[in-house]
Amino acid sequence: MDIRIEKLTKKYGYQKAVDNISFSVKTGEIVGFLGPNGAGKTTTMKIITNYLNCEEGDVFIGGKSIKNDSEEIKKHIGYLPESNPLYNDMPVIDYLEFCAALQGIEKNYIPTRVREMIKVCGINTEKHKKIGELSKGFRQRVGLAQAMIHDPAILILDEPTTGLDPNQIVEIRRLIRELGKEKTVILSTHILSEVEATCDRILIINNGSIVADGTAESLRKQAKGNEVLTVRIEDGDTDSIARTLKAISTIDAVDFTDRSKNRFEIQSSPGCSSKREIFNVCVKNSWVLTEMTASETKLEDIFRELTLN
Amino acid sequence: MKSILIITKRELHSFFDSLIAYIMLVLFLGFSGFFTWLQGSDVFLINQATLRPFFSIAYWTLFFFIPALTMRLIAEEKKSGTIELLLTKAISDRQVVIGKFLSTLTLILIALLLTLPYVITVSSIGNLDTGEVICGYLGLLMMSATYISIGLYSSSITSNQIVAFLISLFIGLFFHIIFDVLKSSATGFIGDLFNMLSLNTHFESISRGVVDSKDIVYFLSLITLGLFLTEVSLSKRKTNG
Repeated sequence: MDIRIEKLTKKYGYQKAVDNISFSVKTGEIVGFLGPNGAGKTTTMKIITNYLNCEEGDVFIGGKSIKNDSEEIKKHIGYLPESNPLYNDMPVIDYLEFCAALQGIEKNYIPTRVREMIKVCGINTEKHKKIGELSKGFRQRVGLAQAMIHDPAILILDEPTTGLDPNQIVEIRRLIRELGKEKTVILSTHILSEVEATCDRILIINNGSIVADGTAESLRKQAKGNEVLTVRIEDGDTDSIARTLKAISTIDAVDFTDRSKNRFEIQSSPGCSSKREIFNVCVKNSWVLTEMTASETKLEDIFRELTLN
Repeated sequence: MKSILIITKRELHSFFDSLIAYIMLVLFLGFSGFFTWLQGSDVFLINQATLRPFFSIAYWTLFFFIPALTMRLIAEEKKSGTIELLLTKAISDRQVVIGKFLSTLTLILIALLLTLPYVITVSSIGNLDTGEVICGYLGLLMMSATYISIGLYSSSITSNQIVAFLISLFIGLFFHIIFDVLKSSATGFIGDLFNMLSLNTHFESISRGVVDSKDIVYFLSLITLGLFLTEVSLSKRKTNG
């Protein structure tokens, strides 16, 4: 089931939380929602799940508008809110049965689904406890379980790995990737490495508008992608090496990162690669090139550039 | 309909798991028993085979207990954030409201059923007018349903349970006693208006043994109004977040 957001606008009073955004998510795609706090990620998610209304625009899920067919559409959405609110006084199994029943699962089929969720989310040891007694990691898993119990085609996950320990994070990410094979997933996060590890596509929101939309590679290409190389050249005098390198036409700047070890950071001109020139220069002067590594523009830098105005 | 009952069942479980139900039942039966059999104008004092004393005391105990039962129904969910999950499931706002309403009504029904021994006892020691008894319970049920819907509305306009309790009590006070007091001090049309608005009037009317359509319309109107306002209040989140 695909999602199509068209010209969505939402105001809280005079403040535009979401400003005329449009994007789509294909069936089976995992899209990562990035943005500073207050950018509009959670608001957008709440509009998709029909918790909030939008002033303008519409959300189409599987071709159906959320304004007309919201009851029907909600059956196909699994939602994990940011705060993962749960009924603390209910035992895990009772809660999952309640959620399953609410989502319209056949009464006889409910125990099977609950068992399946407990297995998939790894909450077998905690299933008889009251939710209030669980640790944060297990609460998060219960939250995921209730979002998935009716096997929805669409998952909306708002910061699903917040507050989890590194092991649990790996587990949840693995789970999301598994689910993403068949389901359409939108997840929001602050952790850029998570987006790269889990998502097919990245959407960056800032101040209610989309400032970036594409895969991690395409975003890197779009950003000021000057090639940055870290090289180590031995068997030569440091300063003469630096002078020779600076003389190469494709090179913009040469910096020393470690004088004693003859390590340099070389920035090329936009659109140029200096790897071959450096190699040839070393051959010509009988220097030995022992290291050449390319530094990728970090997603963090792309993010900062797009969201700090 | 099925979705409504799912909510009702869960809320009822929650009432009992949290012990609120047990405490309320014990207090209700305690007060009722005490003032029906032992103290005040009890059955033995007035020396008549009637359950009027019970209906009179229940008229007041239910008035105070119901706001305490309804105060957390929506306010707590708003505070903990679970309302967000509840309303994004495949269920309408209306079904949630009716489900919660029915759960509290069921609890009151249980409380009233537990007083059936009173009926059995009185009818075994005297000539009990069954019509009066049935109408008395009906009056209590209608009154309870009205205060439950008022309490539910109060719970939906705040996330603070105490505020919900107080607002519910405040609104209830008007219907329970204030209109009744005002009707005697005003004359003509205003007096009639207060008389018509006062819950006491209609409760007494039903309890006397005659079920007048005027009274049923009164109660059903208030119940529907309360539930409708609750639904409106829930839908306000869609614009305000």
